[in-house]
This record gives sequence, C-alpha cells and structure tokens, in this order.
Amino acid sequence: MKLRADLEPIVDWIKPGSRILDLGCGNGMLLAHLRDTRGVRGYGLEIDPQNVAECVAAGVNVIQADIDDGLHDFGTASFDHVVMTQALQALQRPDEAIAEILRVGKTGIVTFPNFGHWRVRMALLRGRMPVTPALPSRWFDTPNIHLCTVGDFEALCAQRRWKILDRRLLNRAHRSGPANRIAPNLFSELAMYLLEAPRITGFAT
Amino acid sequence: MNPGAEGSVGIVAAQRVFIDTPLRLDCGRTLPCHELMIETYGTLNAARSNAVLICHALSGDHHAAGVYAADDRKPGWWDNCIGPGKPIDTDRFFVVALNNLGGCRGSTGPNSIDPATGKAYGPDFPLLTVRDWVRSQAMLADTLGVACWAAVIGGSLGGMQVMQWAIDLPERIAHAIVIAAAPQLSAQNIAFNEIARQAILSDPEFHGGHFYDHGVVPSRGLMLARMIGHITYLSDAAMRAKFGNELKIAVPSFNFDIEFEVESYLRYQGQAFVDRFDANTYLLMTKALDYFDPAREFGDRLDLAFERTRARFLVVAFSSDWRFSPARSREIVKALVDAGRDVSYALIDSQLGHDDFLMPIPQYHDVLRHYLARAGDEANAASTGATA
Repeated sequence: MKLRADLEPIVDWIKPGSRILDLGCGNGMLLAHLRDTRGVRGYGLEIDPQNVAECVAAGVNVIQADIDDGLHDFGTASFDHVVMTQALQALQRPDEAIAEILRVGKTGIVTFPNFGHWRVRMALLRGRMPVTPALPSRWFDTPNIHLCTVGDFEALCAQRRWKILDRRLLNRAHRSGPANRIAPNLFSELAMYLLEAPRITGFAT
Repeated sequence: MNPGAEGSVGIVAAQRVFIDTPLRLDCGRTLPCHELMIETYGTLNAARSNAVLICHALSGDHHAAGVYAADDRKPGWWDNCIGPGKPIDTDRFFVVALNNLGGCRGSTGPNSIDPATGKAYGPDFPLLTVRDWVRSQAMLADTLGVACWAAVIGGSLGGMQVMQWAIDLPERIAHAIVIAAAPQLSAQNIAFNEIARQAILSDPEFHGGHFYDHGVVPSRGLMLARMIGHITYLSDAAMRAKFGNELKIAVPSFNFDIEFEVESYLRYQGQAFVDRFDANTYLLMTKALDYFDPAREFGDRLDLAFERTRARFLVVAFSSDWRFSPARSREIVKALVDAGRDVSYALIDSQLGHDDFLMPIPQYHDVLRHYLARAGDEANAASTGATA
C-alpha cells in the first residue's frame, strides 16, 4: 500500500519497534507501512465500516470506535505514540482529545489543515467560506466544525503547557519551502506537530 | 467478491468420533471415554495447517452447513457463512463442527447410556465448564491430527469457547474469532438462565432429571425455558417490527388463549424446541454459560488471562444485541489491548438482536471474509513450505 504523501513526515517521528495508536486510521495505510518498514506494533481506531473492513483486509489491528467517545479504554502512557491525522478539526472537543492523546501516548502526533492559509484568508476577505484544496468541503456539508490556524493551535499548546517537540509546516505539495519558514501561518496548508504532555515536577518518574 | 461464486457444501454426513483418552473435568469427575458427533467440510491440506474449528452456541450442534439429502429443506445452522466462496471458505479451509460433550445430538451427554448402569445418565451426567469443552475439543483435534487450528470461530457461548482455547492452549490456535460474546455473564444474564432452569426443574414431568425412565419429557418447562431465551435473542425493535401488538383475532376474547402474534411465535418456538432438545442438556449448557469467567483464576484480571494467548483476535459485536451487548465485547477488546495482543474489533450495525450473529449481514460477512482470507493465506503458505 503506497503511503499518502501527507503521512510521510510522520514516519520520521516514529521510533522503530514502538507501540502506536492511530486515531482515525482510515484504511490502515500508515499502520501497515510502519509495521512493514519499522516493525511498529499498534492499533487503529476507525468509525467507518468500509475502512474497518479494509484495515482487516490489510492485516492491521483496527478497533471500530468513535474518537469523540474518548480514549478511556486505553491506559495512561500505554503507547509510545498516539497519532491523529487530519481529524482534529472534526471533533466535538479537540482540546480534550489532545489532552487524552497526551495521557495515553508518551508523545502525540497531531496534524490539521491550517485555517490561516492565505487562500482561506482571501476567501473570507471576499466574504465567502473557503473551499480550498486542503479544505474541499462547502460550509453546509463539511465535517469540520473546529478549524484552527497554526497560531491558534500553538496558543492552545502554550496555554495547556503541552510541549512542542517538533513541527512540520507544509505547503500544498507537502513540502516545507522558504515561505513556510518565513510566514508559516500564512503559507502552510498542513500543520504537523509532535507533542508531549507537561512533565510533572517533584515526582520521580 | 461475486456472490454467485458462493455455494453450498452440498450433502454432508455426520461422523461419530470415539475418544478413549480419560477426560478430567473441572467438577472433579473423570470421563474414561466419550463420543463426539462431528461434521467436516473441505479438505485438510498436507501440512494439516488449514483446519478451522466451529464452536456452537447454547442450542447448536455439529450440523453447521450443507444438507443431509437433496430434498432436505433445512441446511445446517451456519450454512450462510460456511461453504465454497463463503466467508468460512471450504475451498481453502478444512472446517470441523461438533456437537459438544453434554449435548443431545449424538455426542455423549445426559441422554446417552451410562455404561456403568445401562441407563441414561440423566441428572447424573457431570456438569461441564467451557474449559472442559476445550479439553474435549483438543482431544478431537488430536484424533484428527490437527496440531494447531488456523482459526477457532464461535458466536455467543461459542465465542466463549474460542477465548478459552486461546487462553488454555495458546500454541494450538492461530486466530481466534469471538462473535457476540462476553467475558463473563452479567447478573442479568444469569438471572434469565435461572428462570429457564427453574421452569424445567419445576415441571412435574422432569422427575428430578430421570424423565427418560418415565417415558415422558418435561415439555412445559423446556418450552418455557426456550420462550424466555428467545426474548433475550431479539431486540425490542425487532419484536415490534415483527409482531407489533397485533391481535390475531378481531376483538379481545378476554381469556388466556393465544391472542397476540408474539404469543403465537413464542409458543411455536418453544414447542419446536421441545421436539429437538433435551432438558438435562439445556440445564447443563446454561450452567456452563454461568460458570464461564476466564479472569476468575487470574484475580479477576482478564488482561492477565489474555497475556497467555498467542493467537490474533477478531472480536465482533452487534449494535442491537442486548444479551451480550457491544460494551461486553469492548471489555474483551480492552483486556486484549492491555495485554498487548493483536486484536481487531468490528461493531456491526444490526436490527435483530443477539440472533444477528447467525444472519448474513453484508458488513459482518465482509469483515469475516477479509479476516479469514489472510488467515487462509497464512495457512496455505505453511502448507507450501511443508510440502516443498
């Protein structure tokens, strides 16, 4: 199975042989790729029955469940990485979801379409809701209910004291060009973050 | 997959397997020998690596697929799932179905003759546990020359046998498919079973289980037991859709004759059951259900029980099942994840209730088909390796 282009940068963040949980794992391509190339073991959570069947066909461990129902079935720090790609903006409470990701995972990997991209801003300046390559749905049929910008996301991380270990801010071709470095919130279509929960000081770990 | 490619296993015949290895039971007694009725479909490959065991539920038996004669109108109980091109594909797997020990369809059970007395065992037949069944099934596997099942598959009480297989004999099961099951019974589940048992035990024709000697059967008790069971197999919505609260007659007759459709249905199901099932076996089966709790000997830690397993698991639940609800299957999945085992879980959108595990729901059969296709590839790769 060929890996979707936007998933490629994630692979570099995943330690070989680690244990991962992939929230909204789709047809399981990331898990299958990591299993085959990095000896990674893990599970995917997926709500769509067709995707569940495809995961099963690919030999990927998949658990049919709704991320919005929470991760209470999973123990604290029970995974090396918890990954959630392009699902944040469709959740009821993205902040609670990230907190759960960072409870269950030693690190969390979160990706989302950047609502601060200039195409989005242009559309809004024209007085219309944006329909862009990264956000192809129209306002009335979009699953996205909590869109945010790179700026919003980093402000939330700062407020909750989630540590940003690494980030990738990518253009339409899923590359990081000079423009993404100079003005990431304006030129990045896709944002990817490697996060860690705040370390509790005063306790031996 | 082209549905037209699906076929029947055709005309089948049951076989009687004699097992002369003594079987020590959880209750402390030992059966010196026993017999199991089985049916098999498909062909065992050279490496003996493509065998699949089907474990039956409360009232099931060894006749899982095919028909006994060309004009036989009623095929085996899981015929929609077992056959050439079907999810449990007999072109790829050697499928074994049995009537469990303690059953009443030909395997050694309460209605068999006790060699020590020359009379039917009746209530003297030992009560069994799911673990006892796994021990007996392992002896059957030895007899068939199957060292490791490619998969063990079962729904409801059958799914419990699958879990017990994976825990007790981890090296002998490659894939565990647990359908519409639970990690142990709830108080509500046991309560329904207890009402069913009391219905049988209080029937004057039960004669303490020795009804064979009196030439009668406790038909009223067994019928009631089945009627209670049937309510738990169906969802409220399914019963409403099927029966509503339609009166069978134009106006109420103000007596206790059959007036509503659902009464007619339950009485029919109950009566049909009396004709084919043994009251002592029903008691034994419900007790085996009640006793099932693999976590008990691990300090009520199901995850510790599952740490012994080596099989990959597929767990399937049905949205309308309230007897063993999806939440119970999630308990199984959670314990497997905590134990670090490979598991997939599918929640099938369904209408009928617990009985949906016997229905050919496309989403359900797709998941089974995909899962078993991979298991079949592994099994046949093992065979190629062995014969090369």
